[in-house]
Amino acid sequence: MTAIELPARPGRTPGLTTAAGQVALRALRKYLRTPGLCVMGVVQSALFLFSFRYVFGGAIHTGATRYVDFLVPAYVASIVLFTGGGIAVAVATDKAEGFTDRLLSLPVSRYALVLGRTAADSTTNVWSILTTAAFGFLFGFRLPGSWQDGLAALSLCVAYAVVFTVVFVVMGLYAPSAQAAQGMSLIAFVFAFISSAYVPATSMPGWLQPFAKYQPITPMVDAVRSLLGGSTSDVGLALAWSAALVVVLAPVAVIRYRRP
Amino acid sequence: MTSPASPPLIDAHELTVRFGTVTALDGLELTAQPGRVLAVLGPNGAGKTTFVRCVATLVRPDGGRLRVRGHDVVREAASVRRDIGLAGQFAAVEPTMTGRENLEMTARLFGHGRSAARRAAASVIDQLRLADVADRRTAGYSGGQRRRLDLGASLVGSPRLLLLDEPTTGLDPVGRSEVWDAVRALAATGTDILLTTHYLEEADELADHVVVIDHGRVMAAGPPNELKASIGQDVIDVAVGSPELLPAVARILEHVTAGPARLQPGRQHVTALAPGGPDQLAVVIGRLGDASIAVDEIGLRRPSLDEVFLVLTGTGRVDSKRAGPAMPSLTAAGPAGGSS
Repeated sequence: MTAIELPARPGRTPGLTTAAGQVALRALRKYLRTPGLCVMGVVQSALFLFSFRYVFGGAIHTGATRYVDFLVPAYVASIVLFTGGGIAVAVATDKAEGFTDRLLSLPVSRYALVLGRTAADSTTNVWSILTTAAFGFLFGFRLPGSWQDGLAALSLCVAYAVVFTVVFVVMGLYAPSAQAAQGMSLIAFVFAFISSAYVPATSMPGWLQPFAKYQPITPMVDAVRSLLGGSTSDVGLALAWSAALVVVLAPVAVIRYRRP
Repeated sequence: MTSPASPPLIDAHELTVRFGTVTALDGLELTAQPGRVLAVLGPNGAGKTTFVRCVATLVRPDGGRLRVRGHDVVREAASVRRDIGLAGQFAAVEPTMTGRENLEMTARLFGHGRSAARRAAASVIDQLRLADVADRRTAGYSGGQRRRLDLGASLVGSPRLLLLDEPTTGLDPVGRSEVWDAVRALAATGTDILLTTHYLEEADELADHVVVIDHGRVMAAGPPNELKASIGQDVIDVAVGSPELLPAVARILEHVTAGPARLQPGRQHVTALAPGGPDQLAVVIGRLGDASIAVDEIGLRRPSLDEVFLVLTGTGRVDSKRAGPAMPSLTAAGPAGGSS
């Protein structure tokens, strides 16, 4: 066999946005080209919503508010906690299959790896949020206030999507295997369920109520409900929790990429 | 780039890596000059992959020093990454993307602009003869095609040092020879190559310089021929006409040489290292005659790299008093086991 002529050497290393863009593009392509990811995620979130709305909903008392109006804002706000396990699994799989090694052996900023991954998964999560919101309306949800209030609430849900993405990326990076990542992501279910999202926290036994009250998901979903009603109560606390999670966890992810 | 003044390609001094209580590299010493294909050979668990991961800046040493082309892998990791291309045991290509998309993505991540990335990808596709499948998703590739694409992905940035970690593990013979051809072609361009393998044949075929490691240390290093000469023993090789004769021949060889005899897989050969050279050969011929065993062929030859490897890593030392037929043991852990 004759000698191989290699292409010219690149004159520089890739910039942060170029590298993050390539990482994100690949993750998005994988998502869009894997029917199990882009279709099943939507089907799953619709089935969960259907079950809560029509199966459990009748047994849950939410006072003067219709259950569907109680449920849907919280469900849209926390949907990523249910679908985000896929992010952790994808990140852990990249690590196990050598894809992460390839990336780490390239002259690429470690920030770009976290940024690209987060950007791609946040985008797919926004897709989950929008489709879930659409199913919410289909199953009988109606905006209590103006459409501007609705938009403000939706924007907050999008911000949460980014926060939860970082959480699941970190889980995937620290999980020893894809199966372990799947298992770890079930922790998110605990936070989603033991909160004010699906039932009023006051209906839980007394010993459980402090956890439900002080963990971040409760103020986060309460803030979305407030915005829909034209109020801003809990929004400050929700944003503080969101910022704290990102500020703590994003560097943790970068550190993991730096010292694999 | 390979002038005498240039730094060694790889310079490891007392390189130590621990994972918990396991010492993967135990004070490894290795200096390699550019311009050669270097094979790191060792049984599973010897530390080969850990060593490559250190060179690729993926594992930080716990002790000692490692320089790649003069750059320290910890303090100057960014410089090292500009020089290397890594193709691993697992073909790290995205299955939902086409071969071309994979290559263009990696080229961008090496620092190429959009159009330069397209050109680099096209050139690699052409040279690695992947044109037929370049625009198909890699999920449908054969093992050999996927491994060649992975190799291609490490080449789009024109690395000065190509790291191949067990490049043919798990491939069928066709895939293996495809990858070998590509590695030879690359070596011919002057790209420095460091490959790890536990196939001795692969090291013999591809490398100019072989480093045998075991338990995280270098057991021996040198060109394949020198390694073969270094153990200072020839091998008695007996070929017989029918497989039933093999155990009897093996017993005679073990008795005369006081060492293990080996069945060569797939062939009706038995071999043993002969410290006593021609004298022992004569004794073996006499014993075979006494036992009325007809042999097709018998002779003394230089050891293969297999045999050198087994002597160096200690996997060849079995209890010579053991009765029964000799065990076939080449690339497997060997009768003494325990080395991996």
